[in-house]
Amino acid sequence: MDLSSINPILLLASLMVAATPILLAALGELVSERAGVLNLGVEGMMITGAICGFAIAVETGSPVVGFAAAAAGGALLSLLFALLTQLALANQVASGLALTLFGLGLSALLGQSYVGIRPPATAKLDIPLLGDIPVLGPVLFSHDWMVYFGLALTLAVWAALKYSRAGLILRAVGENHDAAHALGYNVVGVRILAILFGGACAGLGGAYLSLVRVPQWTEGMTAGAGWIALALVVFASWKAGRVLLGAYLFGGVTVLQLNLQAAGVDIPVEYLSMSPYLITILVLVILSADRSRAPGSLGRIFHASR
Amino acid sequence: MSPPLLTIEGLTKAYPGVVANDDVSFDIKPGEVHALLGENGAGKSTLVKMIYGLVRPDSGRMTLHGRAYAPANPSDARAGGVAMVFQHFSLFDALDVAENVALGMENPPRMHDLAARIREVSETYGLPLDPARTLGELSAGERQRVEIVRCLLQDPRLLIMDEPTSVLTPQEVEILFETLRKLTREGVAILYISHKLEEIRALCDRATILRLGRNVGTCIPRDASAREMAEMMVGSAFAAPERAARETGDAALELTGLSLRSPNAFGASLKEITLAVRRGEILGIGGVAGNGQDELLAALSGEVRVAPGAVRLAGRPVGRLGPGARRRLGLLTAPEERLGHAAAPDMSLTENALLTGAERENLMRHGFLRWRRAEDFARRIIERFDVRTPGPQVAARALSGGNLQKFVIGREVLQRPEVLVVNQPTWGVDAAAAAAIRQALLDLAGSGTAVLCISQDLDELMEISDRFGALNEGRLSAIRPAKELNVEEIGLMMGGAHGMEVAHV
Repeated sequence: MDLSSINPILLLASLMVAATPILLAALGELVSERAGVLNLGVEGMMITGAICGFAIAVETGSPVVGFAAAAAGGALLSLLFALLTQLALANQVASGLALTLFGLGLSALLGQSYVGIRPPATAKLDIPLLGDIPVLGPVLFSHDWMVYFGLALTLAVWAALKYSRAGLILRAVGENHDAAHALGYNVVGVRILAILFGGACAGLGGAYLSLVRVPQWTEGMTAGAGWIALALVVFASWKAGRVLLGAYLFGGVTVLQLNLQAAGVDIPVEYLSMSPYLITILVLVILSADRSRAPGSLGRIFHASR
Repeated sequence: MSPPLLTIEGLTKAYPGVVANDDVSFDIKPGEVHALLGENGAGKSTLVKMIYGLVRPDSGRMTLHGRAYAPANPSDARAGGVAMVFQHFSLFDALDVAENVALGMENPPRMHDLAARIREVSETYGLPLDPARTLGELSAGERQRVEIVRCLLQDPRLLIMDEPTSVLTPQEVEILFETLRKLTREGVAILYISHKLEEIRALCDRATILRLGRNVGTCIPRDASAREMAEMMVGSAFAAPERAARETGDAALELTGLSLRSPNAFGASLKEITLAVRRGEILGIGGVAGNGQDELLAALSGEVRVAPGAVRLAGRPVGRLGPGARRRLGLLTAPEERLGHAAAPDMSLTENALLTGAERENLMRHGFLRWRRAEDFARRIIERFDVRTPGPQVAARALSGGNLQKFVIGREVLQRPEVLVVNQPTWGVDAAAAAAIRQALLDLAGSGTAVLCISQDLDELMEISDRFGALNEGRLSAIRPAKELNVEEIGLMMGGAHGMEVAHV
């Protein structure tokens, strides 16, 4: 065992990279759940985003275009879910699970000719001055732009939900869709937009895995990240700030336990592998002991009756 | 005579299988309180939804301020000066008061200014409100203030109120009426929906009566008696319940210091409830919704267990027993919510009869169901209580509210209970069915059963109960003989005006 082989600066820096895919996907799911839609298809939308982003980035040579394509791909798949649950009034749980299975299959099909290729590198934002600060510089200020995009998105989602009129309407629709309808708001329209946003975010999260984190395309490469994102939203009590905390905690413990495994710590590997899940859930459960609760109409089908 | 503010001509709206409104015409003048009367299902709600832009009519015309008016959505209606207070509140529990108000406005000011305006308007009209409080913590009366203030902030010319007083104490009703009268002096017209006829007589200038979607007449409520209006609504005369003189015996049900934390986050916890119901009497429990009625029923039915001695049946502690064991001992209950609590919506009437009748009616043997006996039992209920249905194989969901309510009350009454507890026995039920249910409760008490009737309908409680108490924030008032009480005293027992004041201007 050699703990000195773990470099704390590298560890902290890779924490942010490890957390970004789940953060993005969880933010999207948060918005969709705050609008009252439970979309269990996050895993499927993520992996669809992963292959769409990978393929387009390879074909065009531009990671930026790749990420845009990933968002479009995730949103397109979520549109299928939106049509099923909002217009055909299908059950959200069943439709979400179907979406995950469909997304996994579709991505495998699309990705057949992309196995074993390296994608173009995503540019790092080398921020002058800030990046030169010892310790803080490499930890905070020398990442690719998607990491900062994730942070900015967290702030944007939080502020939009709390302060904007659109955010208020979205929360109202998720809280009590009958009352929102009675006041003249377009429940189905708001929900479709929220689902599309969720799909786009999940797609970005997936593309971050295939273009930056791994970076490579392999079948089923999301390996449950979508499910973690889903659980994170619940344990974070539907709050953007706590999603960020949860994602960073999860990313941090994941990176740490990998380092510990590499250092040959005398703990069975299985315990180390389960530790990110246990610790994240434990912390967020303790945090969610306040009175926050799920949106009132979450998962319920809206039908405008007389 | 001023020209009408809103004219409605030949409005018709049909849904598959039912005509909700058939050629309805009437008009509302500025400064008038116009009542819309009718039984459940008469088409009142559909009509006001058309005026508010939530439902579009199939045919007919509306004219507002002398111009053609066809709102495509509630925004159009609000732009035309129409505001609405909903029967089932259009409020959001998890949001605060200011956010709730903002959601009902076309162009809300910034949150900070809005909070100031809410304070100002709510104080002017004697409806004090704190804009920063979360809605879920408010009482039913306060919630209604939020709805009314939301409307007032938009300077409406026509205010639609759908059953606004069903959650208010008599004192609060009086204050609400003062506020409404002040509004009408400012020229606001009010379209007032209610089935509380005495209130309509006190408040309204004219009344339009709907029956089965048709306008069947208008009247001046001050000149008509409540009985005449009720008969216009129903379309025929019906028998009012009669109470025979009866003897009361020993206490059949006793509650001693019953406390119960509400299982619901926004519910009221029961605090030290002590009461006794004697054989042959009806004890009425009044109170505004959400003050512990559901919790009391749950503690009595056995859905929630309490300390053994807190509930005694003929002296025997039953607080720890579950619903089945209590039923066997003769304590039967009929909860408020018909579909989903008193009856399983998608199961047949026979199956529903089995659900509470299995123990006492001997519908089970060695764990197997005795279908024939169960069906006979269901048939007996249908016959005795005049439940209009093709037969016991019909799903509970398919019955109208009144018929299903007769069925679930009848199911308990026919099991010859020692003690029967009912919650809102005639809620949302037409007048004829309500009269039949009240008569059944009176007859049951006459045969020696102790009846505990929880209700928010004070007229009903005064009609059938021998003694009366009220729930307020989970506490029970002193219990007094019903005959000695007047409306004022009942209101105070229910908690009085809860801080509401008469309008200051």
